[in-house]
Amino acid sequence: MNIELRQPELRSNTRLKIVDVDIHPKSSIEDLKPYLSQRWWDHLTTYGQRTRQGYLKGFPYPKMQPQASRRDAWPPDGGLPASNLNFMKQQFLDAYPIEYAIMNPLSPTGQGDQNSEFSAAMAFAANEFQLEGWHKQDQRLLASVVVPFEDADATRVEVKRRAGDKRFAHVLLKTRTNDLLGKKQYWPVYEAAIEAGLPIGIHVFGTSGRPASNTGWPSFYIEDMTEHASCCQAQVASLVLEGVFERYPELKIVMIEAGFGWMPPLGWRMDKNWKKLKADVPHLKKAPSEYMREHIWVSTQPMEEADTPEQLIDTMRWIGWDRIMYSSDYPHWDFDDPFLALPPSLDEKTRNMILCENARSLYRLG
Amino acid sequence: MAGHVVAAVDEIPPGQRKLVAVNGRNIAVFNLGGEFFALNDRCPHRGGSLAHGIQTALVESKVPGEYLCSRPGEMVKCPWHGWAFDIRTGKSWCDPARLRVRQYPVTVKPGAELVEGPYQAESFPVRIENNYIVIEA
Repeated sequence: MNIELRQPELRSNTRLKIVDVDIHPKSSIEDLKPYLSQRWWDHLTTYGQRTRQGYLKGFPYPKMQPQASRRDAWPPDGGLPASNLNFMKQQFLDAYPIEYAIMNPLSPTGQGDQNSEFSAAMAFAANEFQLEGWHKQDQRLLASVVVPFEDADATRVEVKRRAGDKRFAHVLLKTRTNDLLGKKQYWPVYEAAIEAGLPIGIHVFGTSGRPASNTGWPSFYIEDMTEHASCCQAQVASLVLEGVFERYPELKIVMIEAGFGWMPPLGWRMDKNWKKLKADVPHLKKAPSEYMREHIWVSTQPMEEADTPEQLIDTMRWIGWDRIMYSSDYPHWDFDDPFLALPPSLDEKTRNMILCENARSLYRLG
Repeated sequence: MAGHVVAAVDEIPPGQRKLVAVNGRNIAVFNLGGEFFALNDRCPHRGGSLAHGIQTALVESKVPGEYLCSRPGEMVKCPWHGWAFDIRTGKSWCDPARLRVRQYPVTVKPGAELVEGPYQAESFPVRIENNYIVIEA
């Protein structure tokens, strides 16, 4: 192929800074080796990762593009997309005015593995590698506390280990968990995050054995992508209606890579039902939508593309301008460009809140 | 509109493409079986670079379960979100009536003619015995 590399484009507004709350640097199992005991390295290389899904190797659905990545994100020197810091800098971190980018590692991390102890060992290794392999090389890259969330005790240990470490931005869960996230078995995860002063980030996907939909397994990748919305609705409804936010008023939740168009109708529906069914959930002291507005943050990507931009603006207004944070999903194929994805009619102050200030405030970034 | 010499013909063999810059605009030049086409490199959706995408066939389906694959290599897919465009027309696969990527006229000129002018090839060494791709932009 006859291709010249694109130079980083000069952006007109050079004062602007961006905090990106969702990027996916790629690591290999060899990267994690120094942080795994011999026992778990042998386990990994002998048995592999055993996620709770039909296909032990690969994804339940073929992705849109290889590694679910932008075609132009494969480093010219070889390796997987976002596995090479220099190329990631050239294509993303330096090409845009990125002040911080929060890493949400997806695999290999051991999350959703059938072996609970192995899951915990992998989470520890994934966290160490985020620090040593990435943050140490570029301090803009902030880590997530990867936790074996199906095991509350092990999760508590890992979160406690990272408490007070400013290199970590949030505690990372997935949306497809074994049970609904409002259930009691996950409460220790929230307690640990609050004790550590960290928000909880819930990223879409997960291999805990549940389908994307609330019923069966879909046929197509397009369903796998679309049903994140209904999955997130079910998880947020569970958190609200189980009274998690009444029990943990300091809990802050960030819904990551789910877009946000599903938020207002969920609030409307819960409020309407709550007026008639209050007796079913006497632990709730206010309308369900109020808990959503107080405790839920959203990341932008993949931005909904409404037929009329006003519909999108209305949706964002309902969620709250201070609750929406830009995310790119680099290097994945549904990447959102910070300068092109947001509705063009947003004024400079609002745009700045979404691109930078909201995340700075939530994550207490300098 | 002025003619710009962007490449020698043998630089872009059939099935290949090249990203060129004309007056600060990035343009992707494609060779489909000896015919040249030039498209604005910027995807009208979110700005991905079409020259970095893959070239695929036209895939059509009348009913679920039946697929027709034709014109291999004549559609370019944006490397980001996979929007596909017909290289011959610039029209989008999903909404050809309303959405297209800008196309520029391309001609092939012999070097002997180019040396005479009025083409803009200041930074481009033109040899009389070769043929060149000229974009009107």
